[in-house]
Amino acid sequence: MRAPFAALLALATAIALAFLLLPIAAIFLRVPPGDLLGALGHRATRDALVVSLETSAIAHAAVLIVGTPAAYLLARRRFRGRSVVLTLIELPLVLPPAVAGIALLAAFGRAGLLGGELHALGVQIPFTQAAVILAVAFVESPFYFRGAIAAFEAVDGTLVDAARTLGATPGRVFLRVALPLAAGGLGAASALALARGLGEFGATIIFAGSLQGVTQTLPLAIYAQFEQDFDTALAISALFIAVGALLLVTLKLYGWLRFASIFRSRFAPSTSS
Amino acid sequence: MASLRIDLSLPLRAFDLELALEAGPETVALVGPSGSGKTSVLRAIAGLVRPARGTVACSGDVWFDSAAGIDRRPEDRSVGFVFQEYALFPHLSVDRNVSFGGGRSDELLRRLRIEHLARAKPSELSGGERQRVALARALAREPRVLLLDEPMAALDPHTRGKVRAELHDLLRELALPALLVTHDFEDAAALADRVGVLVEGRLRQVGAPAELLGSPADPYVAEFAGANVIDGIAESSRDGLTRFRFDGERVVYSTDAARGRAALVLYPWDVSLARLRADDSALNHLEGEILSLVQVGNRVRVRLPFLTAEITAASAERLALRPGEAVVASFKATQARLLPSDWRG
Repeated sequence: MRAPFAALLALATAIALAFLLLPIAAIFLRVPPGDLLGALGHRATRDALVVSLETSAIAHAAVLIVGTPAAYLLARRRFRGRSVVLTLIELPLVLPPAVAGIALLAAFGRAGLLGGELHALGVQIPFTQAAVILAVAFVESPFYFRGAIAAFEAVDGTLVDAARTLGATPGRVFLRVALPLAAGGLGAASALALARGLGEFGATIIFAGSLQGVTQTLPLAIYAQFEQDFDTALAISALFIAVGALLLVTLKLYGWLRFASIFRSRFAPSTSS
Repeated sequence: MASLRIDLSLPLRAFDLELALEAGPETVALVGPSGSGKTSVLRAIAGLVRPARGTVACSGDVWFDSAAGIDRRPEDRSVGFVFQEYALFPHLSVDRNVSFGGGRSDELLRRLRIEHLARAKPSELSGGERQRVALARALAREPRVLLLDEPMAALDPHTRGKVRAELHDLLRELALPALLVTHDFEDAAALADRVGVLVEGRLRQVGAPAELLGSPADPYVAEFAGANVIDGIAESSRDGLTRFRFDGERVVYSTDAARGRAALVLYPWDVSLARLRADDSALNHLEGEILSLVQVGNRVRVRLPFLTAEITAASAERLALRPGEAVVASFKATQARLLPSDWRG
């Protein structure tokens, strides 16, 4: 009875692995690495790379600057309606990106909620790089929030109390105690959010369009290229896989180092008094 | 002169903490079972929790006054807080921990004999070392009040005695109002000038350790001080003594007056053990089987079905006591204290 079941488990695992890895391997097997690098030199690819890096950098910086203090507040304070706020923050996670794009248009579009005010100020957002930044920030921020709140919640409240009795103002407690102790979790959340932001497609194409050199990010470039020049689409995809793998390895490595340091400090023979 | 005056009313989950206390440059221990509100008292003084009503004042400086609308933030009060488990910052070295609030760490590290650990991280320290770091950190800003939450609880029994002696000397030297929370009466008696017994948010008795032992206000205080507390029925007997019946047919005599339901309070170290019923001046002899023997330092705690006796390890060896054997426990009627028994609630 046991042997057939074990075989079934092994088979299921093999199917899952093959299914997940085969398409990825196909990208690298279809085109030789040299040609992949060459395709990255194409004009459209270079433009998309620049747009992606710029918009992601700005969006990510904004998410970190606003999201970190907000996550700290949500992690530390207990107030009425807190769980509602936490749920609302995670709502974009379960939305299809296309819905996010429509929602952003409805808010910031010409005929949108803030359209009149923005028009009066002479600001037009849809189909500009600002729209890309908003779309990327919108879809990636819940990823950061989730991880950052969990990271701050994991900081022992007694340490915060101890810092206060030692004369530290709340701001100093945040900078000297909470932030360093949550740094690992914040870094992981930041990496996941960045990866999600770089891959953003649906909301961007609806809210910002796909203008080469302006709003065409790398994922949009893949979509634009795959009918004209499949090799270029492959090359950009390969680039994404490389970046994604790098992020994952960094995260795992960090997790492993953290575990190792906890392990060392727990079980090392301490110098006794 | 440094002093701390508190008068607090603080609603906790199961009861209200109501406590008034004044302390000069002395160590006052708050003892009581876990969940009696001891830690909340310290947190209220430090400003980490806000009482519903009351005042907290240190040497005339008002830190909290609900009537006057004064509530100073924790960082603006001058307390040195040694937290339970010490709450050292794990990401900072020992000297950074100690100088976190400003002030110089070198002299304190030297004074507490941990200067060789200045560069170490808290995770690399033993329990006793962590406690000293926590003390140094709490003292670095030269606080006007010292608050210690179970400073001995995280230590193993071996280091405990030594650390207790060191802490005792340090507290004497500092001459600050120090409030010490502990669930261990022995720690409290060893470290504090006065001990307050806190039960369900109320102070049952405050006094010098000897006072609490000698005349406990109620059986609860006595039990906390380490006494055997036995419920039974008291009645006066012809010879001017009180006859106390418990556990069915067991009878002992006390010089205290009592009638009806009462609690017999008897300290383990007042009980002597013998193989045979001795013909001595002690009025009370109770026979029983030894349930267990536990050595604590140079003494042995002998548990009988109805009470615990504490004798020297030497005596225990001379009598060759073993679990399961019958012994006679003897004590004088003057050592058998009687208190009203309406205390278990």
